[in-house]
Parts: sequence; C-alpha cells; structure tokens
Amino acid sequence: MSAVMITRKVRKWEKLPGKNTFCCDGRVMMARQKGVFYLTLFLIVGTCALFFAFECPYLAVHLSPTIPVFAVVLFLFVMAMLLRTSFSDPGVLPRALPEEASFIEMEIEAANGNVPAGQRPPPRIRNVQINNQIVKLKYCYTCKIFRPPRASHCSICDNCVDRFDHHCPWVGNCVGKRNYRFFYLFTLSLSLLTIYIFTFDIVHVVMRSVDSGFLNALKETPGTVLEVLVCFFTLWSVVGLTGFHTYLISLNQTTNEDIKGSWSGKNRVQNPYSHKNIMKNCSEILCGPTYPSVLDRRGVMQQDDSPSLTTAATPSSTSDSTVPQTTKPTAPLIPNEHTPDDAKPSIATSTEISTSLTEESESTAHKVPPLASPETDVEASIAKAAAH
Amino acid sequence: MTSILSSTRTSTRGGASTPPRDSPTALSHTSHENDSLHLSHHGTHRLSSPGNMATEFHNLHEMRHSAALANKVFIQRDYSQGTACRFQTKFPLELNSRMEQALFAETVKTLNSYYAEAEKVGGQSYLEGCLACATAYIIFLCLETRYEKVLKKISGYIQEQNEKVYAPRGLLLTDPVERGTRVIEISVFEDHCSGSSSPSSSCNASGGSSSTSSGDRGSR
Repeated sequence: MSAVMITRKVRKWEKLPGKNTFCCDGRVMMARQKGVFYLTLFLIVGTCALFFAFECPYLAVHLSPTIPVFAVVLFLFVMAMLLRTSFSDPGVLPRALPEEASFIEMEIEAANGNVPAGQRPPPRIRNVQINNQIVKLKYCYTCKIFRPPRASHCSICDNCVDRFDHHCPWVGNCVGKRNYRFFYLFTLSLSLLTIYIFTFDIVHVVMRSVDSGFLNALKETPGTVLEVLVCFFTLWSVVGLTGFHTYLISLNQTTNEDIKGSWSGKNRVQNPYSHKNIMKNCSEILCGPTYPSVLDRRGVMQQDDSPSLTTAATPSSTSDSTVPQTTKPTAPLIPNEHTPDDAKPSIATSTEISTSLTEESESTAHKVPPLASPETDVEASIAKAAAH
Repeated sequence: MTSILSSTRTSTRGGASTPPRDSPTALSHTSHENDSLHLSHHGTHRLSSPGNMATEFHNLHEMRHSAALANKVFIQRDYSQGTACRFQTKFPLELNSRMEQALFAETVKTLNSYYAEAEKVGGQSYLEGCLACATAYIIFLCLETRYEKVLKKISGYIQEQNEKVYAPRGLLLTDPVERGTRVIEISVFEDHCSGSSSPSSSCNASGGSSSTSSGDRGSR
C-alpha cells in the first residue's frame, strides 16, 4: 500500500487540540475570540496617538520635553506587555496520550473497586497533602489527566492551564502561570499611563484656559476631550484591577481561587501555597523563574501512520462480557501494516503477558469502561452489570 | 544487525523475522530527540548486570526499531511540597523485575534536583527577572532563560541514562517535558529470552542459563 507523500512540513500546532488560534507558524497563540483584544489595542493606540498629537507639542514647549519622552517609553512598555500576555502560551498542559489516559483509568478502577450495579461511580478525585493541607486534585474528562494543584480547565480555550488565573477577553488569552507577571505588569503600566495622560490632559487644558478661556481651550484641542473621557472610564476599571491583583499577589492566590473561595478561611482552610510573607509572595510571582512552554508548537509532526487500532479485534480470553471494549488496559500493541499476519496472534499472547504484569487481579481488568465522561460511566457500569 | 526477534526461539512469531516495527515511533518522540540519538552500530555486546537482568537490548537504536512495546509505566508528580516540579520516588512494581530500585531512585532524585535548581527563587532569578523587566522582556529573544538551560541539561542526562542504564534493561525514559512535566514515562519493551508465552517477569527469573544462552545467540 502506498501513502500519499506529504511534502509540506506539518508543525505540531496544526494538530493541537483545543480552541486556540495560532499565528506566525505557531509562534503566536491566542484564544479564538479576538474582537475585544482589537478593541483594547484600538483604545490604547488611539488615545496615545491623540496624546502625542495634541498634548505633547504644547507641553514639550511650555513645560518640559521629557514629558513626551516618558510617555513614549511608557506606551512602548504597555504595548510590549500587552502583546507578550496575549501572544504567549499561558501554561497550557498538554493532554494525556492514550497510554497515559488508560493507565490513569486503570488506577481509578483499582481505587474504586467494584461499583454496585446501577450506582454512579464515585467522583474522580485524588487527595494530596501540601503543607499540611489536603488539596483535592480533580480529574479533567477532556484532557484525561488529574489536574495539578492550581490548574484549571478553561472552557473558552478548551485547555487545562497551569496556575489558571482567569480568561481575559481584553487580552484575548488565558492568564496562567507563564503570562501572569506580564498581565500584572500590563495592568500596572496601563494604570500609570492612564493616570499620566489624564493628569497632563488636565494640565494642558488648564494652561490653555489661563491663556484663552476654558471653552476656547477645548475648541483648540478637541482630542483632549476624547482622551479625558476614555481615561476617566479606564482609570476606574484598570486601577481597580491592578489593586485587586496586587492584593492577590501578596496573598499568593489566583483569581480563580478567590472567586471560588478556596482559601477563604472557612473550616480552618488556609492557603498552602502562601509563604505567609508578603515580600516572599510577591518575589515568587514577579521575580520567579520564567517557565518555558511545555506545549511543543513548532516541532515537526512525525509522519507515522500507526493507526490507533486499539485491539478491539483481539478477543480477551478471560472476559465473557458483551461490553464493547474500545480500549485495552495495558499493552497497547498497535498492529500496523508492517506486522505480518502470522504475528498478529502473538499480540493476543503478549496482551496476556502484560495484563498479568498489572496490579489488577480482578477480571475487571478487561472490563475497563471507555474513557468517557461521568454520564457514560454510569451506562458502562450498568452494562457491565447486565453482562453478568 | 538482525533483530533479536528473528531468532527461532520465539515460536509464537512463527519463525518469521519480524521487520522493524513502527510502533516505537508511536511513542511520539519529537524529531529533535531522534536527531540527537546516537545511532551506534557497534553490534551487540553482552552486559552482565547483577541478578538476572541481562536482556538482549544492548543499544538504544536497536531497541527502538526492532523491539515491541509491552507496557508503559508512568511516574507521577509529587505535590507534597507544593506545586514545584518533583516526581515521586516510589518504585513502580512493574519495573521490579527489570531494574534495581537504587538506580531508579537515583535517576528520579537527580531529575528532581535539576528541576529544583531550575525553579529556585534566589539571587540569580531576581537578577534575571529585573533585567528582563527593564528591557520589557525583549532580551529573552536573544538570551536563553535559566530554566531552558537546565532543561537542556536534563535532556542530556536522560539521554545518557537511557544509553547506560535503561536501554540495556529494555526500558526507555521519556523526557518529562514532552509530557508537560506531568509524568516520567518509562516504556517497557518486550523481553524475548524464552520461547514460552510466560510473562517476562518469570522469564527473567527463570535463571541465568536462559539469558546467557540467549546472550550467546544474540552476539554477532
């Protein structure tokens, strides 16, 4: 059999699950809805353009030339932080590959034991002790992993993000472990820029009013009115947001945890991640290591054509259930076109070899339900019961 | 370099030599890892490791391209000290027959120490952070972060461990960064030291005679 030769290199970002959009051949990663991000860009660039057009010539002459210079520096910093937040990988956790997913399923089955017929299996939770605090790790049915502590699944981007803070539509991306400091610096510098522009707008109008009266001053610089309007509304929201995140950083909490009230102090639950020292908390987040992305976006896809034929064709010798098995617990020996036909029966024997290696002693080893959501778990367990 | 699988001992294969399988590549190793792999064609050499651990997989290339994957073991993260990257040192029972616990513990401890070094919040990370902030993080387009440097060291270490310790035992470590630093994946390859369809654990335990005789046949 001959395969069509694909001469174009396929990079991994093209095959990544999740609802992200990628640009520049995988270098840029954003959420799908970018409309609000464009609005943010427009507001910032537009307001600053008006500032440079109307305020700066007057103030540079009448007050000091350093005013526009500092405004330029601040503007560039704000843009850099915004683009860095929007375009970088927030800390997406790659989904589990089939072998890892089935390994986890097996462990869950082993932990749950035999679920009585018709009953919903217990929720998939792992308890972990961190700094004398029990933290519950939840299972993500989409990514098929137990989420690390502080990770959460973003439904908008359809990814599990490490140290998930929130999904920010203004920035067009999730805010997570890797881009939280850029997001914070963006809000901080934008607050400073807004205050700066607002202040010098007032100064400008006042200075002109002294010369030619208030209404004439406004007629001379119509842009100033627009700037003041934008800055006034931005000020309240952005400065408030910066203050809120400063509070979160000093307590080493994420927005997600704050909203859910995870460490609100009820039942003597305390934040196990906090160093109990504001300086230490701040330095960890702002001066901590810059984590590299674990999502390989620009790697080249392997052109392997091993089909994911999970051994549905291989009869399991100990099982007589009629439950359709879509996955095998272990030994995902994948027959492909290179396996000669006479070697295929050996896969059955090696399946037996590997299943004997597993910890499963019950025959439930061969009755693993399909990797699915909790609803189908119930159906599978009912079907299992029916098969007896 | 005929693969071990072609030996007539494995009656289940019907005596036909199995051509190189694509299934090891289904482990989805990235292309850069394949490039860095040493394709050593030294032929096989017998390793006498303690106990009955001698298997026929003597170099990485041969194992990857001719061995059949039996199982994968996943070493999970250890969150007892927070969200820092650490792996559990608990010895998985599936590897009980394949390698010594001490070697495994040493590998995981070394990896943990590398990750701790990468994530250390100290003088150097402050300096790096402040410098980067002052340049609006543009400097990271030219310089490599400390974490990236340590990740390179880690991949070199894993490569070395695979060649020296794991491949001779029919095992293969996958760099955790390829799994999102969630797990250390250890691929367990099939062990064909006897013709029976008995589990490989009992095959290893069946005595040195079978492994030495297979070693004789395996050598070129």
